Amino acid sequence: MIETQQSQPATSRGTTLRTEEMILNMGPQHPSTHGVLRLELVVDGEIVVDVIPHMGYLHRCFEKHAEAMTNYQQVVPYVDRMDYLSSMGNEFAYVVAAEKLLKIQVPERVDYIRVIMAELQRIASHQVAIGTYGIDIGAFTPFLFLFRDRERILDLIEEVCGARLLYNYFWIGGLSHDLPPGWVEKAKEFCAYLKPNITELNNLLTFNKIFIERTANVGVLPKDVAINYGCSGPMLRASGVDWDLRRDDPYSVYHKFDWQVSVGRGEVGTVGDCWDRNIVRVHEMEQSLRIIEQALEQIPEGNVQEKLPKRIMPVASEVYARTEAPRGELGFYIVSDGTGSPYRIKARGPSFVNLSVIAEISRGAMIADLVAILGSTDIVLGEVDR
Amino acid sequence: MTFQEIADLLQKKFGEAITLVKADAAVDPFITVSAASIKDIALYLREDESLAFDYLSCLSGVDRKGTLEVVYHIASMTLRHKLVLKVSVPTDRPEVPSVESVWKSANWHEREAYDLLGIIFTDHPDLRRILLPYDWEGYPLRKDYEVPEFYNGMRVPY
Amino acid sequence: MNQLLQSFFGDTLLTHIVMSALPLLFVLVCALVTIYVEMKMAAHMQDRVAYMRTGWHGTLQPFADILKLLQKEDIIPAAADKLLFMLAPYIVFIGTYAAFAALPFSSAYVGSSVDLGLFYIIAVSALVVIGILMAGWASNNKWSLFGAIRSASQIISYEIPAALAVLAVVMITGSLNMDAISKFQQGGVQNWLVFGGPLPIVQKLLLIPIMLTLAVIYYVCSMAEVNRTPFDIPEAESELVQGYNTEFTGMKFALFYLAEYANLFVVSAIAVVLFFGGWSSPFGSFMSGPVWDAFWFITKGMIFVCVNIWLRWTLPRLRVDQLMYVSWKVLVPFALVCVVLVGAIMVM
Repeated sequence: MIETQQSQPATSRGTTLRTEEMILNMGPQHPSTHGVLRLELVVDGEIVVDVIPHMGYLHRCFEKHAEAMTNYQQVVPYVDRMDYLSSMGNEFAYVVAAEKLLKIQVPERVDYIRVIMAELQRIASHQVAIGTYGIDIGAFTPFLFLFRDRERILDLIEEVCGARLLYNYFWIGGLSHDLPPGWVEKAKEFCAYLKPNITELNNLLTFNKIFIERTANVGVLPKDVAINYGCSGPMLRASGVDWDLRRDDPYSVYHKFDWQVSVGRGEVGTVGDCWDRNIVRVHEMEQSLRIIEQALEQIPEGNVQEKLPKRIMPVASEVYARTEAPRGELGFYIVSDGTGSPYRIKARGPSFVNLSVIAEISRGAMIADLVAILGSTDIVLGEVDR
Repeated sequence: MTFQEIADLLQKKFGEAITLVKADAAVDPFITVSAASIKDIALYLREDESLAFDYLSCLSGVDRKGTLEVVYHIASMTLRHKLVLKVSVPTDRPEVPSVESVWKSANWHEREAYDLLGIIFTDHPDLRRILLPYDWEGYPLRKDYEVPEFYNGMRVPY
Repeated sequence: MNQLLQSFFGDTLLTHIVMSALPLLFVLVCALVTIYVEMKMAAHMQDRVAYMRTGWHGTLQPFADILKLLQKEDIIPAAADKLLFMLAPYIVFIGTYAAFAALPFSSAYVGSSVDLGLFYIIAVSALVVIGILMAGWASNNKWSLFGAIRSASQIISYEIPAALAVLAVVMITGSLNMDAISKFQQGGVQNWLVFGGPLPIVQKLLLIPIMLTLAVIYYVCSMAEVNRTPFDIPEAESELVQGYNTEFTGMKFALFYLAEYANLFVVSAIAVVLFFGGWSSPFGSFMSGPVWDAFWFITKGMIFVCVNIWLRWTLPRLRVDQLMYVSWKVLVPFALVCVVLVGAIMVM
């Protein structure tokens, strides 16, 4: 065992006990790091003194690859593989940025389908987040309940684009396929099916006494720290910041729907604790259902491919577009040099930024709490490492 | 505040340090500032109540062949405005003061820019590689980067 | 049963071997059945079907699992303390298996009807802690060590309220002999200690709420002693990967596995003996007799095993400090009060 430094000697009745801090490697193969993340922990018994994250185990050179593409459209499949649990969200961010660069206005039907897909994906992504969070806390059953429902979403998406995980569905200026006949009805059926299951989930997990004990008042992320560290998505909202890019920096057709931004209120503990981060995701699933239902009602007719550009050849310029992916602000900074291939693409992933706050909020917690905190940040290493 | 108002305010306050205000850019307008003053400007942008840029969305490095550029996309949560700041430094002496003390989110973004483009952020508390292995040589996102033949005895190109 | 076997074999040594081998047989069968039941119950609770391909509804799967574990390479980590590493799983298993000696399976069969039966069981169960500590230490793995230390502190903490609950029962029955405690509760469900036992009506009515509380306390403690969710912090898959048994493979791992399920039955069986009539039939003399007794004992035991499984797949896991809180600040005071009250009622 590696000794680091001697901590405060514990004195009791004249006898001095010497305690040592220990370095513990959590990951890269560890069930609770949600992928290949290595956390170097300095622990004093069960208490975490410091956390030093090491990443890059899943680095696939996304940005270097993107520069080697001969066409902006070719980047889309790579974007899919960043945050593999919310591929639609990634594609959405990328095509919004690319369309802003090319100054393309897509047909309204395309926007509606994109919103429906992105929200379905948000529900699926939150289901994985909440399910795996349950496993982190030790409850295995909710995970399978959520995966049962997620399966239905994947079936719906598969019917539209033929893929279940990595879609390549959003094209710059349009979509690869229109909705198949009868799909809208199936999607409506799904919305009706999911609502009672969210209540079931709350009964089984969210309001379970042990779950509350484990997550309330743990890993409290104060509002100003969250903003200063650039946190976004459920992580930021749980800290009590009423901020959602779908409403506050609108893109696509989100301004046409009636829905609410869910914010952490500290119902059972402090604002910004792990429980709040979890409940914000649960509420977001409900709100996403509301958006989907409205979008399914309002969806206009039209051709989803009529605005596809023949040649993607933007002028030399640059753009930063940000969208609200399930995990937070996903932005793409695209620099064009006037040729067909991107000069530089930088992806600003929410997981990457949200992870950076982990050391700040887990000092002084227990190892079990660290697992709870890490689970509640809901990182996807595919996006952290890109 | 609109872009022009912010630009005027900055020019009045920092004068010489604002090297370029590009309001007619094709998509996003931006302001280029001198590298030496970026930290002061960042602090001013965050602290001034009429600006209140409390959120650093994204920090990117770009290799402009000869110069390296650092691009700051900042936003204000309270006032709901955005701004693009740029800093340009020569490739042979790529030193930019770190804004980590202003926005903590810059910490990892700057490490990434250092890792992939070799931009050295002075005063950064922990400037290590972040995505690549710690013993990797070279900066892959530079346009003149050549993939090494071997890494730790393993062939790299395949 | 002893006499029966003696008349059959004539030889005392052989009789003893058969007598002591019976629980081993039972442990193996019981573990296999419990593994199967656990997987199926978990699956049905989670909208799955679990294994369906090996035999009818996957009934042969536990055998396949054991076969697989037997074939696995037996790896001893290079930096491990070899002697302790090899010994640990056996000590854990011995500790569990030894407890079977004093379990009264039926009015005709108890391995050894010692007068200090309960005391003996509590004592040998503590051997398991030593095995787990050895396993965690010998693995030379920080995560395993964490698991072992957690396990030791957990089992020791939870033995105190468990022992207090046992004490209350002993105060009523006046015996530490498991067989005698079972006999005490003969005559139907109304005579079970959880319903006050066969005492005069006033005492009985006063005892009912206390005994119910004690039964719950004992059951909670027993869950902690077998290291299962919500008290599975020594293994805590998502925190410590697998805790003390991370580094074990093949037969050594199988022994831990077997010991866990055997222990699960032991603690359930003790709960049955203490509070739920032991081997006595719930219908008085109806459906009683040596064979029926064994049936009732095993059935009651399995019911509690199933409750344990049900809780395991429903609840999340407590944190270390919360676990200690539950033991020292909730269970121990309650158990103490109950013991005092039982004493007061008994001298009444």
